[in-house]
Amino acid sequence: MSYRRLRAIFVKELHHIVRDARSLGLALAMPVLMLMLYGYALSLDVDRIPTLVYDQDQTEASRDLVRQFQGSRFFDIRGFVDNYGAIERGVDRNRILMGLVIPRNYSKHVGAGRTAPVQILLDGSDSNTASIAKGYAESVVRDYSLELRTDMLNRRGGEHSAVPVDARLRVWYNSSLESKNYVVPGLMAVILMIIAAQLTSLTIAREWEMGTMEQLLSTPLRPAEMVLGKMLAYFAVGLTDAAIVVLVGVFVFQVPFRGSVPLLALSTCVFLFGTLFWGIFISTAAKTQLQAYQMGLLSTFLPGLILSGFVWAIESMPKVIQAITYIVPARYFVTIVKGIFLKGAGIRVLWGELAFLALYAAIMFILATRKLSQKLV
Amino acid sequence: MNGNGWAVEIEDLVKTFDSFVAVDHVSMQVRKGEILGFLGPNGAGKSTTIRMLCGLLTPTAGRAHVSGFDVGTQPEEIRRTIGYMSQKFSLYDDLTVEENIDFFAGMYSVPRERRAERKDYVLAMANLTERRRALTRTLSGGWKQRLALGCAILHDPPVLFLDEPTSGVDPIARRAFWRLIHDLAETGHTIFVSTHYMDEAEYCHRLALMYRGKVIALGPPAELKRGLTSHSLLHLDSSDPLETMRVLESVAGVLDVAVFGGGLHVVVDDVEATSERVRQALAGRGIEVKRLEQIEPSMEDVFVAMIEAEERKAA
Repeated sequence: MSYRRLRAIFVKELHHIVRDARSLGLALAMPVLMLMLYGYALSLDVDRIPTLVYDQDQTEASRDLVRQFQGSRFFDIRGFVDNYGAIERGVDRNRILMGLVIPRNYSKHVGAGRTAPVQILLDGSDSNTASIAKGYAESVVRDYSLELRTDMLNRRGGEHSAVPVDARLRVWYNSSLESKNYVVPGLMAVILMIIAAQLTSLTIAREWEMGTMEQLLSTPLRPAEMVLGKMLAYFAVGLTDAAIVVLVGVFVFQVPFRGSVPLLALSTCVFLFGTLFWGIFISTAAKTQLQAYQMGLLSTFLPGLILSGFVWAIESMPKVIQAITYIVPARYFVTIVKGIFLKGAGIRVLWGELAFLALYAAIMFILATRKLSQKLV
Repeated sequence: MNGNGWAVEIEDLVKTFDSFVAVDHVSMQVRKGEILGFLGPNGAGKSTTIRMLCGLLTPTAGRAHVSGFDVGTQPEEIRRTIGYMSQKFSLYDDLTVEENIDFFAGMYSVPRERRAERKDYVLAMANLTERRRALTRTLSGGWKQRLALGCAILHDPPVLFLDEPTSGVDPIARRAFWRLIHDLAETGHTIFVSTHYMDEAEYCHRLALMYRGKVIALGPPAELKRGLTSHSLLHLDSSDPLETMRVLESVAGVLDVAVFGGGLHVVVDDVEATSERVRQALAGRGIEVKRLEQIEPSMEDVFVAMIEAEERKAA
């Protein structure tokens, strides 16, 4: 390994990067764009469920029940109607997800201490959202009926009676249960993987296409020097991307950052090494820049989004798919980034993931160098 | 340098791609300071031979030594001792002149204390001192080509391989380029250069004519021309060249006819007698002879004659 040649390759690649302002701009803007797009679009929160109320009873008691829904941040009462048809039309036109129907003699039943049925209509075409909405609606109704019963008992018995069991829930690490806190750190990892592989995927294919490779091959340059020199130049861009993504996450998405900055920086570097080498490997294997670009995108986008566990829990995947996720580096990086951001996890917890990323980088370096050597002959 | 003093030694070199024989048992020896021209049509095996000598391709059979190093087993040593200019312009367009030079100086690990001197030499040689900060993309063909040559000789390699270095360059730039090649040869550099410009062949010390993977003739340009002197060459301008060709086929003493520019080159064994027969035959067909005289054969005539002889042998 010659330091002179390594440095010459590195400097030359930096010149390419800086001269191609459009690609550089794209490489820096892409992660922000993707983070914004996915960060906002991939919200898994169900709240402010648009609801219409058909109150047939029109009494103090029925209005009290409606107030329970109005008081919850999970429901947004969009209006009151006087027939089923209006609810049906609302669902059909995607204006509402839920209808609340209070029957005519609701207050009579309640007043007499009998069970008073209320009807909740849900748009089940999005089963996930519908089941979450169902849960919220049930809990509002359950709480309210418990309250009514307690009141009634108190009035009847004269002596004070409390709610029998009261669960006090505390959610750790993401206390407000906001999905962005969970999605955004994972997304950062996935975006970095996609971008980093893109950065290097063209670099060797371009040399072949331009005819400069033949010239390089006639010089004493060695494959390892070329792979390392190119990687280091794009590493500068990748690290800038990482910094941008973290800053957007912390300041735009307000994701809490609880862990160590040096640990995040270290893991990001190791992860970038591996992914950049992967891009170079692809570039060496591909015949053209177009092919390299497509292979780069395909090999990072889908595994990154689906198999990294950044949204979809790996534990709930079929066993075969679970096994595949072990070779997706994003899986480990997602764990690291989420751990550092949300739990403040340290090296003692994350060393295993970090070790895998280092191993992956080493393997990718060897693969890229080998592949390049084959072509020298 | 190896004991017997040859800069390049090639012995029965063969390269096949699947069933296609690109280079077919080529052998030759080249002296230090010699300019060896590789002449031949496209696909004759010139580039493949040069690539093998540069260590870019592994020979299928045979052996070759460059500066005493075996091209099959010592590619690393070869790469340090050669300069190579590939057929396609292969510098970085988005780098400046200076950045390209610095990059290749790095590739060849030019020693620190010699770097500035070599760079100045290359800039001066390529006449690019004024434009050292210009993007390479903005240079014209001749300049790019001289810069490419400059980048290939930054480490002062004893042997240079230039694969069609002058294709797509204007005649004045080509002449300037050949002057550089001669300067390099005079300072002891051995130069392999392939071309398909026949006029350039005359600039070489020795020529290797390649055809279908074989070297069909090897020698100094003058000697190759003398090889034709058992026959003589006539230049013939007539009012109808195509019809003339047909007529000449049946004239006794005419060995060969080839189109050359607007006229014809006719190979004959006896100038006087055959000229007379040609005039008579053409007059009989009503074709006017504008010019008919003996000429000195050009490299192209030699080349065409050799290839035709080769084809007759094969048939």
